[in-house]
Amino acid sequence: MAGAAQLSRAALPAGALESETLDALPGKERLIKRSFRPPNYETPLSYLNDAITPNNRFFVRWHLADIPTVAADAWRLKIGGNAAAGPLDLTLNQLKTEFEPVELVAVCQCAGNRRGLVEPHVPGVEWANGAVGNARWKGARLKDVLARAGVKKEVVEIAFDGGDKPVLEATPDFVKSIPAWKALDDNTLVAYEMNGEPLPHWNGFPARIVVPGWVATYWVKQVVRIDALLEPLKGYWVNTAYRLPKGKYLSTDRFISQENETTSPITEVDLVSLMTNISDGQQFRAGAPVVVKGIAWDAGYGIRSVEVSIDDGRTWQGAELGTDLGRYSFRTWQFAFTPREKGAVTLTARAMNTQGLVQTERWIANGAGYRNNVAQKIGIRIA
Amino acid sequence: MKTFATNTMAVLALAIAGAAVADENSVRLKDGPDAERVRALCSVCHSADYIQMNARFLNRAGWEAEVTKMIKVMGAPISEADAPKIVDYLTRHYGTE
Repeated sequence: MAGAAQLSRAALPAGALESETLDALPGKERLIKRSFRPPNYETPLSYLNDAITPNNRFFVRWHLADIPTVAADAWRLKIGGNAAAGPLDLTLNQLKTEFEPVELVAVCQCAGNRRGLVEPHVPGVEWANGAVGNARWKGARLKDVLARAGVKKEVVEIAFDGGDKPVLEATPDFVKSIPAWKALDDNTLVAYEMNGEPLPHWNGFPARIVVPGWVATYWVKQVVRIDALLEPLKGYWVNTAYRLPKGKYLSTDRFISQENETTSPITEVDLVSLMTNISDGQQFRAGAPVVVKGIAWDAGYGIRSVEVSIDDGRTWQGAELGTDLGRYSFRTWQFAFTPREKGAVTLTARAMNTQGLVQTERWIANGAGYRNNVAQKIGIRIA
Repeated sequence: MKTFATNTMAVLALAIAGAAVADENSVRLKDGPDAERVRALCSVCHSADYIQMNARFLNRAGWEAEVTKMIKVMGAPISEADAPKIVDYLTRHYGTE
């Protein structure tokens, strides 16, 4: 039973457990507050029971504390850069009416999701499992917007700046880039709707970049500027932050123009499954069925199966997958069993994707606490 | 080198500008020498719960690295005289030592 709480909230740093509170930002339900300013709020696991995460339950993550309130009428999206034929200004109405609207369901997951559960702990926002959500995004294809501006064929990266600013001028502004090939992907959007509604302020109103399959650091919120670049973007948030030691991980999409000798940018989200309807230490009755519900997702290859173990990982049984909402979406799943004997039971859930990848048992350590896709374990009691 | 007094003035100005986020005033740092200095200087850019949630797994070197990052990378207006005092406070109250 020693490892039962391995990836439950109890594994968070002591200080993170002491300082977390349930708190509601304006327009949001009460979420788990990790930090007030800049606001970093995670979604409680029980809110991730369903395939779509409601807007008022969607996690909130900001790097910089000066977050303006944007008026839709005053907002302008400027497209430029040295790989653009000319500068272009778009209003929100133009973005909505002059480009073909595209809808897709995609997981938005913070690169640091589950950082707080890694051992040994690493500094950062100490997220448990809930810096992730799944929404139906509607917007214009980024490639259509870029085509309007006219982009030179030598383009290397597309950079995004949001309306948020640092408190001090000396602090690096949060500007991110993606490789041109990913920017030109049909699924990469400038999104202005989330689950059929305007984006909540805290999730990037009036528009954010949606990069399906890639971690949320690239999904720039309150986007105000898009630059097509002939050379790799410079700046702390791309050249230093959000990086992994090179060569330690299974290959994923590469961001070659930003790789250096020792590190490469984190790109894709990992294969993860979560049990969402059961809490650590919960009691059940012998002879009565236990229904385990959960979600699974990956970078867009698709979930092939989810397996659950009721004996701490010795044997595994298949769970029933829910409706497929698209390859970038959460996939819900369900598993039922009837415990016959009283005592402690360790539940483990693991997903496999269409590439044949299975979640790991041990985290591959990195200083930033990224890519924790160790199979979740929950300890329950049968009474 | 900036003095503690000028930094405190800057903090007050920012506290007024950022008054919308009132709940961070509920965050209580542990009492001790330099607690107020830590609150004043670190709170220029972020609420003090950033310190709390990163407790208690960093040793002195770990906290020193964080404070250095805040100064060198994030441009925190922390003087050479104040930096070791902040590291001392964080290590004692929010560290492993």
